[in-house]
Amino acid sequence: MLSSIEPFLAVTDFNRPAIDWHAAAPELTLLGFGALITMIDIGWLERGRKLAAPLTSLALLATMVPIITLALSGEDRSMFDGGFVVDDYSLIIKAMFVLTGYVIVLISSHYIAEGDYWENEYYGLLLSSILGMILMASARDLISIFVALELLSIPLYMLSTWRKRDLKSNEAGLKYYLMGVFASAVMLYGMSLLYGATGSTLLTDVNEAVSATATPSALVVLGIIFVVVGFAFKVSAFPFHTWAPDTYEGAPTPVTAFISVASKAAGFVALMNLLFVGFFGRNDIFEPLIWALAAASMTAGNLMALRQKNIVRLLAYSGVAQAGYMLAPLAVASDVPDKALTASVTYLVIYAAMNLGAFAVVIAVARKTRSGLITSYRGLFRYAPGLTVAMTIFLFSLAGIPPLAGWLAKFRVMEAVIEADTTAGLVLGIFVALNSVIALYYYARIGFMMWAEEAPDGDLKPVSVPLPLGVALTITAVITVVMGIFPGDVLGRFTEVSLLAGG
Amino acid sequence: MNTIAENNWLLTALVFTPLAGALLMVLIPEKDERSHKQAALITSLLTLGLAVFLLWDFDYSNAASLQYFVDTQWIEVIGAGYTIGVDGMSLPLIALTALIMPLVFVYSWHHIPEPGNAKAFLILSLILETGMIGTFVAQDLVLFFVFFEVVLLPMFFMIAVWGGANRRYASLKFFLFTLFGSALMLLSFLALYFLTDEGTFNMLVLTENAGAGIARGTQLLIFAGMFIGFGVKVPMFPFHTWLPDAHTEAPTQGSVILAAVLLKLGTYGFIRIAIPMLPEAAEAWAPWIGLLAVIGIIYGALGCLAQTDMKRLIAFSSVAHMGFVMLGIATLTDFGINAAIFGMVAHGLITGMLFFIAGSVKERYHTLEIKRLGGMLVQAPRMGWILGFVSMASLGLPGLAGFWGEFPAILAAYNPAAGVPEGTFRGYMVVAAIGTVLAAGYLLWLLQRTAMGEPSIEFADDPNITDVSPTEWIAWTPLLVGIVLFGVAPGLIFEVTDPAVVQSLDNCIMTGCEGVQTATSAAGGG
Repeated sequence: MLSSIEPFLAVTDFNRPAIDWHAAAPELTLLGFGALITMIDIGWLERGRKLAAPLTSLALLATMVPIITLALSGEDRSMFDGGFVVDDYSLIIKAMFVLTGYVIVLISSHYIAEGDYWENEYYGLLLSSILGMILMASARDLISIFVALELLSIPLYMLSTWRKRDLKSNEAGLKYYLMGVFASAVMLYGMSLLYGATGSTLLTDVNEAVSATATPSALVVLGIIFVVVGFAFKVSAFPFHTWAPDTYEGAPTPVTAFISVASKAAGFVALMNLLFVGFFGRNDIFEPLIWALAAASMTAGNLMALRQKNIVRLLAYSGVAQAGYMLAPLAVASDVPDKALTASVTYLVIYAAMNLGAFAVVIAVARKTRSGLITSYRGLFRYAPGLTVAMTIFLFSLAGIPPLAGWLAKFRVMEAVIEADTTAGLVLGIFVALNSVIALYYYARIGFMMWAEEAPDGDLKPVSVPLPLGVALTITAVITVVMGIFPGDVLGRFTEVSLLAGG
Repeated sequence: MNTIAENNWLLTALVFTPLAGALLMVLIPEKDERSHKQAALITSLLTLGLAVFLLWDFDYSNAASLQYFVDTQWIEVIGAGYTIGVDGMSLPLIALTALIMPLVFVYSWHHIPEPGNAKAFLILSLILETGMIGTFVAQDLVLFFVFFEVVLLPMFFMIAVWGGANRRYASLKFFLFTLFGSALMLLSFLALYFLTDEGTFNMLVLTENAGAGIARGTQLLIFAGMFIGFGVKVPMFPFHTWLPDAHTEAPTQGSVILAAVLLKLGTYGFIRIAIPMLPEAAEAWAPWIGLLAVIGIIYGALGCLAQTDMKRLIAFSSVAHMGFVMLGIATLTDFGINAAIFGMVAHGLITGMLFFIAGSVKERYHTLEIKRLGGMLVQAPRMGWILGFVSMASLGLPGLAGFWGEFPAILAAYNPAAGVPEGTFRGYMVVAAIGTVLAAGYLLWLLQRTAMGEPSIEFADDPNITDVSPTEWIAWTPLLVGIVLFGVAPGLIFEVTDPAVVQSLDNCIMTGCEGVQTATSAAGGG
């Protein structure tokens, strides 16, 4: 019987690809824990509720172990013909996602437990989203990038409607879902065009094919533009940002924090993988596009942020502007590839710490004020000096004031665009400089309200900050301060773009 | 490289002692105001002690070299070093900063401005001190930039929280203006880094390089970025509008620190960074800097004459005085720049003192409106006399410190550096001389209307109006002594600064840059 199918097997010529279990260990650990949490929910129902948050934290800490051992081994690994790569770059990104997830669990635990929410599902979805993100860090193939993107996005569509009896939350989720699916469709169409033009989904092959000719075919041009535009939605760059303010405002705040930091970072990681590996030879197409997106995002984001009355919407628009700063180095990717890559990654990591911190303060303050209005921060210093100092650190770090970490992020961006030594780069540098001034206005205005104005109605009741939230605030504040003064060489380790390709 | 490496710990201790004190104070509960005041005062006295030791230990025969030099890696990935050192150019400014801060804390003993909270106020002041001293010792552009910016946040909050009625507008304006300048400054620093062959932020190397290998047009642009960055801080004429607002709204201590030290960060940037690193561009820009400087002198003086508020008047007088400093710098001669440094120290002592008096007047009269004041010599004679004395110093009376900042600056304009148009600067000289007359006008006018005559009916029997209090005496005496001391013996400062200034101009500025650069580029091209 068996012998009769053997010839067929020989014809298909299928060999199981070698699997480096160590390289896949972070993903597998996370997957295992995610499955465990789901099983506990199914088996124990309500009795499992208490376990969900600690188990999720444990899952994330456990995932850190293989990431650290991989980093210590210092060896670049690649699997599936270079479709899955583990190098310093991807490890730093993975560590950032896992830490971000950990902080999100810390700031979620009381928020979710105190509200009328499903708990186990919340953490299960959170973990699968993080799984998609760390997968994205290693993905060097159009298909795996797409799968990772959907794996991280679909849980987020659901999580943003988690306040299911709230109309705004429903609006948030629906808008996010429709826009997200639309963006995915555009991107997928672009990917299919690229596959059609190049005959491969592997980014290294795509690069070889698209840069083979002096002038690109229309197929390649359209493909690259569609893919970049699709990710512009994901990172909420202007003019594809319209979903962000409504989604941010309506979604539960911890989810908003997660979307604004991790999901945006994942979009950037995908974009960097694509630009630096897949489309690198076609910088004549993507650089002008990215340049325009960067300049428009930082300017429009900042100008719109000036007029916001709600703190979360303000952070949404400031996030659009920050996306512009992060895009800026990618616009000179071909001139200074190493600098551009490290600048964007440095910005991502520092942005994650300071923006998460700002959201943690928003959650803490809302525990008392039950309000998202910026004016509710008036006089915060009088009754919550600790939170005020923390918020001051985060806001002025976002504004890029030394010695808080944001300055280093902005410095590196400027360094990259100036070193490119092109007119386009220099103009972008001036854009960044002038936008920093506009942005300072709205950050400093909140600073002024917190420190120098009277609390509304003279209500000086202190804010109760639960322990996990306090820990989250401490972690983010310490990172924000220390990274600005002693960044060490953590962010300088991966300086070679060639590593990205693996293969 | 011209450095002497010894006693490496001293400058680091000097910079970070205030910060360490501030961190300790975070642990003291807010209620215990007295401990906070003691801690802040002791910290600043320790810093002053270190500064005195620095003054004593400094090798004056080698004032042109950087001493106590430290050069280690800081942020490797961006090539920024922790490079610090002190020479004759920065020594007087460090001493000034270390002297002013304890006086501010003595003054704060009984004068924590509304709405209180001594803890936050004093901690911010100490962070400010670290930033200011750090800027003066930094010998690396990134380090300089970071320290330059560190002073922003504390000053913003000082005006925002403890300021007057219009504090929101004033504090935001201060912050936005300064950040606008420093953002462009950062671009210039980066351009300098990438366009210099060495690719370094080390200020010594960049000074030695003096712009070699950078095209003239690019040099002009880079200098323009620094010009705006430092010019906003000075503040020079078109960028000065934040200053009167900030000064008027800031609490007394904030005004004193702002006038005495913060404005000097800008002028220091010119003489330490912009001019030595880009001499050719400096030469090209010098007539414009000179023009803005004399406009500032006249504009500031006219502004003073139009003011009805004492504090605002003093603020505008700062614009005029810094105009003299900038005129001295614009001549690009060692004579002019020495005068500028002297002018910076003198302005720090004198205007700092004037703001102290304004604060005390405000506390007693609850107003600074000049027309409501009067007869201070009758009601508070000692304070009236001090005001008179400091006004004389401010208008540049020979024998007091103010004279040695103004007079040599004007004189230097008669004979500017080789590559700078002589005729233009002689014109500036005449205008600046007219400015001194106007200065005498507004200061005497101020004195006449506030100190002389009979007290107005409104305040005639006000028991609040008392003479100088003991804490005020302690805070003010060192400044008054300094004004006389440096007026009588200006050599104390000139002899320290001169070698370093000469050293900083030891490039093409001496002979005129234009020909030199063309020659080198021709050689390079061939």
